[in-house]
Amino acid sequence: MKKDNLVIAKKKFYSRLIVGTGKYKNMRECARAINFSGAEIVTVAVRRVNITDKKKPLLMDYIDPKKITYLPNTAGCFNSDEALRTLRLAREIGGWKLVKLEVLGDKKNLLPEMIETLKSTEVLTKEGFKVMVYCNDDPLMCKRLENAGACAIMPLAAPIGSGLGIQNKINIRIIRKQTKLPLIIDAGLGQASDASIAMELGCDGVLVNTAIAKAKKPFEMAVAFKHAVIAGRKSYLSGRMNKTLMGNPSSPQKGTI
Amino acid sequence: MKKIKKIQIKLNGKLKIILENLTVKNLVNDLNIPLNKVAIELNHEILDKKKLNSIKLKKNDKIEIVHFIGGG
Repeated sequence: MKKDNLVIAKKKFYSRLIVGTGKYKNMRECARAINFSGAEIVTVAVRRVNITDKKKPLLMDYIDPKKITYLPNTAGCFNSDEALRTLRLAREIGGWKLVKLEVLGDKKNLLPEMIETLKSTEVLTKEGFKVMVYCNDDPLMCKRLENAGACAIMPLAAPIGSGLGIQNKINIRIIRKQTKLPLIIDAGLGQASDASIAMELGCDGVLVNTAIAKAKKPFEMAVAFKHAVIAGRKSYLSGRMNKTLMGNPSSPQKGTI
Repeated sequence: MKKIKKIQIKLNGKLKIILENLTVKNLVNDLNIPLNKVAIELNHEILDKKKLNSIKLKKNDKIEIVHFIGGG
């Protein structure tokens, strides 16, 4: 069978599942869940070092950035200046150029602020960043992000952490049709089958955090997502049968007794 | 004997008293922070980690030291 890798900014990945590292009980649980998921890319946030508790474990002690690709995000940023500052700091930590841009517009629904997102994409691209952009499922805005130099388009399925699954399949299909960039569903998936649906719509990957971290059994759910992504991708590539309104017998009619 | 002066800076949003003429490198060492896992910003400007030894902290400087944590 032909090899089917995910390629982002010229880098090849075998897994099409990207996982977030937030909301776990502890870093040990997070590291184990990543291992079970088979993910090769994980999102991470940039925050102040805890000055008072020097013994607090560091993420890098549990998840080796030499083995797993860190994707620094701008979670918690509500304008372009904050997002740019965060990603420039992320780059300084250790040369990270592949980043996830996420500029939010509202603290309650956590929907993306697309004007600031577009502005940030333009600046970051000029500065040499490879920008994977969290965005609305709006085909027109996705096109503008592509024109601005985004290296991956990441429309939401539903609000971050909502677990509602894909709300607008039509838009995702339109976005799929119009772009050759990696299309990754980011935010709002709630269970493994949501990932299969995303992949069957033709997405190149999915990004999942809360659905795994807040499952009753995170490790089992990590495995479920891993297989759901593979199943959805294979299903998409296999080409589904035509739908018909009426029944069509699977057994031959000829020779019935 | 010359008395060593103390100054006030803001470190990660909190006030901190340090000795005058302390370098950023001294501060990071005192805090036991692994340099390869952080980025440092002084008064909103990102510092080159190779030059921390030559940067002396001044009164009311704002310094931010950040690292990666879990996030979605």
